[in-house]
Amino acid sequence: MLTEQRRILALRTCVLAGRLLIENGSNMERVNDTLDRMARNVGLRNFQAFTTLTGIVASSDDLPNSQVADIRRRKNDLSKVVAVNEVSRELAAGIIELPEAHAQLKSIERQVTIRWQNLLEALAAAILSAALMIVFTRDVTEWWAALIIGGVGYAVFSFVIRKFKIQYLGEFCASLVIGLLSVLTVDLGWAHNANSLIIGGVMPLVPGIPLTNAARDIVSGNLISGPTRGIEAILTAVSIGSAIVIVMRFF
Amino acid sequence: MNWQNLLVQFVLSYVSTICFGILLHIPLRAYNSAGIIGGGVWVVYWIMYYHQHVGLAISNLIAAILISLLSMVAARHLKMPMIVFNVPALVTFVPGGQAYKLVRNFVIGDYHLAMIYFYQVVVIAGAITLGFGLGELMIRAVNYLHNVLLKSSKSKA
Repeated sequence: MLTEQRRILALRTCVLAGRLLIENGSNMERVNDTLDRMARNVGLRNFQAFTTLTGIVASSDDLPNSQVADIRRRKNDLSKVVAVNEVSRELAAGIIELPEAHAQLKSIERQVTIRWQNLLEALAAAILSAALMIVFTRDVTEWWAALIIGGVGYAVFSFVIRKFKIQYLGEFCASLVIGLLSVLTVDLGWAHNANSLIIGGVMPLVPGIPLTNAARDIVSGNLISGPTRGIEAILTAVSIGSAIVIVMRFF
Repeated sequence: MNWQNLLVQFVLSYVSTICFGILLHIPLRAYNSAGIIGGGVWVVYWIMYYHQHVGLAISNLIAAILISLLSMVAARHLKMPMIVFNVPALVTFVPGGQAYKLVRNFVIGDYHLAMIYFYQVVVIAGAITLGFGLGELMIRAVNYLHNVLLKSSKSKA
């Protein structure tokens, strides 16, 4: 028989795992599946979790109270999803015990990015922009312009997100910079097609995870999370589009 | 259909899949498989769309089904969630270019072109959604068959 304390810890561990998964961009079916499996493995009877994009409510028959987790900010960090998955797998296999699992989840939550992570990301975004510009427009001569513009755009995006922590505004500012730089490059005569530069530059900002998750959630019948993720994707796309529109209106 | 062009397309989409993976912080040991899925499916799409002329919707549908199935195989093999493979592999298929042209033509006032690009965006997004759904269905069907066969072989023995 589980003690009261251990049951509370079990419920708290499940809710923490769910919060980490949703915050870092996992799809809902996966979250529910992981939570159910963890609850079964730690011995909670009749575990119920109501998971949405902005919060979790979870309860069990063994406990009088339910636990609530509030989710304010969502980002896309799949390394944390993989780490939580690993903890759940080890818990199921019996390699680690409940307190250890809780401690590991806590350390995953606190994990900060390494110092040169931002530089690496900007570099990756730069290469992504150049490669995708060649794939989409078959325009081989101007790859260097897309490389620079994509890298600078993503650097602006990650800076705004880190400093001011407002969702959708990072994409807006980055697209503004991308549009301005593309128009400027063409005006100076260094490149001749601003359209392909802009297409290449905004590709790292395109909402890939929300779109995929929206599709998968709707298909699996989750009618709360699917449309919400869809709205998230549409808002991101609109903020990119409106920034480009503003640039084109004035230049 | 010249193979040099296909090779260039494969390399470019392999590189862009891995770069998108870096942006999403996927683990280091998933890079190669995600890149191969992204590059390979993009080459299949390229052949279907530009050489066999199957049409926009069917090409995207088959590409999405392939991504879904291959990600499942990779996820089983490397013991990682499926999302690590299918999201980076999708980066070349997301209708970003079409969405941009839609907004641009809408602002310029060319509503005819804007509508054309709007239909393209809707068709691609719909085909990818349906493709993921069908891929999921196929995975479940395979699992079900596997379980049924396993049970029947056990009951015989």
